[in-house]
Amino acid sequence: MKKIACICGSGLGSSFLVEMNVKTVIKELGLDIEVEHTDLGSAWPGIADLIICGNDLYENCKRFAETLPLSNIMDKNELKGKLVDLFTEKGIL
Amino acid sequence: MKDVLLFFSDLLANPAMLLGIIVLIGLVAQRKPVHEVIRGTLKAVLGFIILGQGAGVLVGSLEHFGVLFQEAFNVNGVVPNNEAIVSLALKDYATATAAIMVFGMAFNILIARFTKMKFIFLTGHHTLYMAALISVVMTVGGLESWGLYIIGGMLLGLTMAFFPMIANPTMKKITGSDEIGFGHFSSITYWLSGEIGKLVGKGSKSTEEMNFPKWLSFLRDSSVAIGLTMLVMYLIVVIVSGQAYLDSYLGAGNEQNMIVFAITQSLIFAAGVFIVLAGVRMVIAEVVPAFKGWAEKLVPDSKPALDCPIVFPYAPNAVLIGFLVSFLGGIVGMAILLLMKADNVILPGVIPHFFVGATAGVFGNATGGRRGAVIGSFVNGLVITFLPLLLMPVLGELSFANTTFSDADFIGTGIVIGTVAQWGKWAIVGVVSVLFAIPFVHGFLSKKQEA
Repeated sequence: MKKIACICGSGLGSSFLVEMNVKTVIKELGLDIEVEHTDLGSAWPGIADLIICGNDLYENCKRFAETLPLSNIMDKNELKGKLVDLFTEKGIL
Repeated sequence: MKDVLLFFSDLLANPAMLLGIIVLIGLVAQRKPVHEVIRGTLKAVLGFIILGQGAGVLVGSLEHFGVLFQEAFNVNGVVPNNEAIVSLALKDYATATAAIMVFGMAFNILIARFTKMKFIFLTGHHTLYMAALISVVMTVGGLESWGLYIIGGMLLGLTMAFFPMIANPTMKKITGSDEIGFGHFSSITYWLSGEIGKLVGKGSKSTEEMNFPKWLSFLRDSSVAIGLTMLVMYLIVVIVSGQAYLDSYLGAGNEQNMIVFAITQSLIFAAGVFIVLAGVRMVIAEVVPAFKGWAEKLVPDSKPALDCPIVFPYAPNAVLIGFLVSFLGGIVGMAILLLMKADNVILPGVIPHFFVGATAGVFGNATGGRRGAVIGSFVNGLVITFLPLLLMPVLGELSFANTTFSDADFIGTGIVIGTVAQWGKWAIVGVVSVLFAIPFVHGFLSKKQEA
């Protein structure tokens, strides 16, 4: 996995904060993955290996890449739990 | 020597450069490596310039729309869109906006440190927009230069702590925690929606226990939403005003089929907004982390006030309901204004009805289930249709822009300042100073009580 994209509706507030959380978790897990954020309008197929977004945007994001939806986009515990599960499943962890 | 002085004065007079210098100082103060300082400074300046260029793209389309609307319906049509009005405001008020934004963030940290309003407003683009609003209304009210920057900054800092505070009670209900605050400048309507939910919502089930068609979520893509709604409005306007009028407006040799014209112009508007947003995103990406860093260091017990999409994942159905019902409220409001033959008719802006309406839906659902969500967002739609009418007179020349601020807190703050401005600029200074002092006095007195 090389790149994760955090997506929100406007690409301004929430996706940026999710990006910061994702970067923290990636660092804690000792992995080296590029993380960026953008808005839904700028997303395109292949934008990243994994998209992380709030579950209200899951339907919109899943056509661009594998998507991990979050119920609480600010909850680092939920994020870390779901990422650990995903990475373990993929053999990255 | 004169050339050197000219270099500096021209540099600082350019708002993009001014912002860049502030970002530069911020990055150096945080001891960032040289390549980060260069990258951050360049992107802040670039973002500001991109934002300005976006204005150039959408202004033509807005002007044509205004003229055609006037011809079609005999009233002035206004499409509220924050990005559009701010990009236009930045033509003449950019320096003041940049200065007020920086002072505002500093005062926000001060307020969080020394009063009980512990919110740090991290929704950077709204800070920028509120700074623009304050620049315009205070300049029209007679303030200028350092007086404008400092008093404007004080008011901005105050709004950055105050509005999250009124949204907080319902925010806690939505997130189930007290750790995150809410930072989006339509808190007036969100608070209202929460109160409405409490009034009407007894026994009403949550919006999330409903089944919603999935395809509706294509409206979440803002370019799609703006493009579509602007297209519909443009088509109505050209058809009613007629091909003959369009021909005479465009002039001999420039005639174009009216349907093609409507399609092109509406999408040019959407394109312009996209460019503005790209620029805003770039600026905010450099400014917000620095602000957050300073705030966390100086006020460790502060609460971040975050952008409205924070609450969307908690109630995705309420998001869609809120949007659609608010938009409906906007259409009803517009119809009422048309029937009343008001001078200015506020058209439904899709972006505000989306973000603000959706949030009103979530807030209404939190306190009052489906009934709260529906009634709360409908009222929201009406409020953001009628309230701008009170703001437009205090925007000076910008009241003729065929667009305006779309969210309640911008409008409310502008109306209050504009009203006070009637008593002269010292009244503004006085009122803002008093309002600014209140939380500090309150905080100081509470500390004494606790001691």
